[in-house]
Amino acid sequence: MQIMSAQTNAAARDTPILECRNLSIAYAGRTGDVPAVVDFNLALMPGEAHGLVGESGCGKSTIALAIMQYLGRAGRVVGGRILFRGRDLLAMKGEELRSIRGGAIAMVYQEPMASLNPSMTIGAQLIEVPMYHESMERRAAAARAQMMLDRVRMADGERIMRSYPHQISGGQQQRVVIAMALLSNPALLLLDEPTTALDVTVEAGIVDLIRNISTEFGTSMLYISHNLGLVRETCDRVTVMYSGEAVEVGSVASVFRGMRHPYTRGLFASMPVPSADKNSRPLVSIPGQPPPPRARPPGCFFGPRCASFVAGRCDARPVPLSSIDASQGHASRCLRVDEIAWDAAPAPGPGNITATVGDIVLKVQELSKRFRHVTANDGLTFDARRGETVAIVGESGCGKSTFARILMGLIQANSGSIDLAGLELSKLPVTRRNANTIRSLQMIFQNPFDTLNPSHTVGSQIARVIRKLGVLRDESRVRERVLDLLDLVKLPRDFAERRPRQLSGGQKQRVGVARAFAGNPSVVVADEPLSALDMSVQAAVTELLIDIQRREGTTLLFISHDLSVVRYLSDRIVVMYLGQIMEQGRTHEVFTPPYHPYTEALLSAVPIADQRYAKRKVLLTGEIPSAANPPAGCPFSTRCPYRIVGTCDRRPPPVQEFSASHRIACHLPREELLAMQPVFEEVTQ
Amino acid sequence: MNSRVVILLALIWFPLTAYVMFRSALGALANYLLLPAIPSVIVLYVLALRSWRESWVAIVGVSLVSFWLLMAVAAPYLPLVDPNKPLVPFLAPGGVRHGILFLLGSDMRGRDVLSRTVWGCQRVLVWGITATSVAYAVGAGCGLIAGYLGGWWDEFVSFASNVLLSFPVMVLFILVLNLLGQSGFNIIIAVTCSSAPVIMRIVRGLALDAKSRDYIQAAQTRGEHPLWIMLVELLPNVRGPIIVDASLRLGYTTVAITTLTFLGLGLQPPDPDWGLMIKEAATAALLWKYSYMMIVPALSVSSLILGINLIADGLREMSLRD
Repeated sequence: MQIMSAQTNAAARDTPILECRNLSIAYAGRTGDVPAVVDFNLALMPGEAHGLVGESGCGKSTIALAIMQYLGRAGRVVGGRILFRGRDLLAMKGEELRSIRGGAIAMVYQEPMASLNPSMTIGAQLIEVPMYHESMERRAAAARAQMMLDRVRMADGERIMRSYPHQISGGQQQRVVIAMALLSNPALLLLDEPTTALDVTVEAGIVDLIRNISTEFGTSMLYISHNLGLVRETCDRVTVMYSGEAVEVGSVASVFRGMRHPYTRGLFASMPVPSADKNSRPLVSIPGQPPPPRARPPGCFFGPRCASFVAGRCDARPVPLSSIDASQGHASRCLRVDEIAWDAAPAPGPGNITATVGDIVLKVQELSKRFRHVTANDGLTFDARRGETVAIVGESGCGKSTFARILMGLIQANSGSIDLAGLELSKLPVTRRNANTIRSLQMIFQNPFDTLNPSHTVGSQIARVIRKLGVLRDESRVRERVLDLLDLVKLPRDFAERRPRQLSGGQKQRVGVARAFAGNPSVVVADEPLSALDMSVQAAVTELLIDIQRREGTTLLFISHDLSVVRYLSDRIVVMYLGQIMEQGRTHEVFTPPYHPYTEALLSAVPIADQRYAKRKVLLTGEIPSAANPPAGCPFSTRCPYRIVGTCDRRPPPVQEFSASHRIACHLPREELLAMQPVFEEVTQ
Repeated sequence: MNSRVVILLALIWFPLTAYVMFRSALGALANYLLLPAIPSVIVLYVLALRSWRESWVAIVGVSLVSFWLLMAVAAPYLPLVDPNKPLVPFLAPGGVRHGILFLLGSDMRGRDVLSRTVWGCQRVLVWGITATSVAYAVGAGCGLIAGYLGGWWDEFVSFASNVLLSFPVMVLFILVLNLLGQSGFNIIIAVTCSSAPVIMRIVRGLALDAKSRDYIQAAQTRGEHPLWIMLVELLPNVRGPIIVDASLRLGYTTVAITTLTFLGLGLQPPDPDWGLMIKEAATAALLWKYSYMMIVPALSVSSLILGINLIADGLREMSLRD
């Protein structure tokens, strides 16, 4: 440890902890270097939290890896410098670098399970850190580790220390990883999507912890995320990345309130806000997709997708970052920054008409499914009407995917019924359903990289569905229908000949949509169809779904954990927790009080990027209980902030009706539920 | 693999197999059967050179294998003496007798070593590849069933394969060949018994992984037959590791077949075969002077297997690169 005089201390406060100067990074490809990051600048002050946002492939993780000197053999810094406390990180070697990694600079990765050694107890892994970096004695190190677990708000630290990683939940694992990173008292903490793998209510807890790290520990943070809402909640400053370039930099407040780059503005326009639905504020997606790193356009990389693009100017030469507001450090890489009317409302999307909701097509009653000791679905009762979107919302283990599998006939229910157009489906496996039933009930899957068979062309996969479902038999008509379906999902017709690996994630998901709609289904189940897509692509696929649904009058069962998309897309919402329905009602009924306490927590966990909204914080303690060992009484009673001891943990909650469509299963007195305050509030500026 | 390559392989493979296995039944047709295969081998080699030019390992491998393939199909048309005809015994390489040049010498019964090596290549290649293919058909089929259907199918197939795997490979070979008698077809059965369980395990693991993919669920939800799902949806997606393993396994099988003939358990004399040549030369080769009788077939086996393994390495290298 160096002892600094007061004077150098003050000077240290003005010099950045981390500085990237004109940093350029490239990966070695088969035909030469592929630039991944171009001309990146960053100055991270002590105690500051800096967000790095962008879509997949924009180079944000590459920057973190370059700082840690973990680029691997293919990656290489081709220009610029990375200074850590004024010393060049790139020039460091061996022992010096090792003492900085995990010591002065620590990193937290996306997958907590992959960061922990599965064959060592948590305690042993934590103790190693101070023992190695500070040559601390084992006993003192153990005490430090225990204390650190308390500081990352883990109750029961002693038990955690004795556990192996697989014995604790994902949220606890991530807290352990953060504790481990903080144990060496780092000056800089790099967080690479630390909450992406977690459930929303668990994420909210971790985000709350991260937000307090810099004040509590004085650590500077570089927070990498694709989620603008999370950056707003955790960071002071933000850099928006696009295709390897920083397109906009500044304080979170100034960038989020007055964005000065078309890409940033496009991102905001493509995100749903908590007060609006598909009818009042349609999403506007960014057309096209990011350029591949090998074939970036000349001039502005965003040019081909930009509405304000001017040929001959924007594509003339590389665009420099130009300062907008020096006091906020706000800068944008846009030539036309003074010409675009930034405050004008974004161009409205295609005109929307309110869908006509028809008769009940799907009726689920008292549906239950048990796997040996696990009750996955317990007494589900709801229905869906023609042309309606019903969202099933819940976190992992809530039974929403089990329900989808029962509906599709992949597994059978134990009791209860599913009525689709007069046919009882709950115990009818797909192999015994007739073509007509199969055709009228189709599914869109979660993972775009998995939804298409990599070995067959897009066209042949859609054609197979058409033939199999008996829609058409004549070969030329089948081929015609394939092309029609590609038109329907707004993909070029020559995609029929392509293989899935030549498509981007959003394009694959569009093919998945085309496949689901091939047989003119009456009900389509969409299992988290957007969660693996980038923000700007999400909006486009959402619009597509709404559009097709309106045209075909399809009933959409939309399974999701993302309440902002649900708010936007759905007409009715079913909130599930541990296999039971906690609350159901029309969208505006669920989003305004009275809330079920779990719904309230879910709503509060949604990260909101839009500066016009403030939200009330409701943090849940504890983890989602295992479905194999659910709590007695109300399943939510272990985490509920309003728990009535002696009632909630004993008896199952009664269902209280607030309107013909709005039902809440809760022990709280009706008056108390009615007196709840809204979670979101519009801030008047 | 495109259709061109498939046609070329068929043009080489079916005539060669028919020639080696059923020559006597073919009669006069046998003389012309292998003619179209010769240009096919050359075209195939050129195609391989072009598409694998990034990997010199694969190039060396395919050169070695193509050389032996060419020898196999061209053997009837090369100016070689009858491989089974005793002429002059114990003639050193390069010697000339009766106006015939014995480039690689003659063996203890007076047969031309060069002619026997070239002809012997046919049997090794045909039986090796056929046995590997049959083992793959059985192993991959069982693996798909065990991995995709699971449950009792998995229990049964896995148990059966564990029983077979518990025998040492040579014991299994000797057991099968003694029970069923010694013939080329029984070698196929023996090789299948020893290789199929291992292949089954590989394919089962790959199928288990692929089974959880959404595209399989999509096929299930549209009511596809399990057989369709296994063959059309699953099999093409597990081919990568299978192709690499198949080329390695072809090497093992070739070794196994030559070893069996060496032990006197495999293909029967008098037709030449490298394992048989090594066996017959074993005593004579104790003298350094006559060691060429053994070194020539031994080097041939090694170069063929080296070639196959280099192709396997090259394929793996290229598959990792993309």
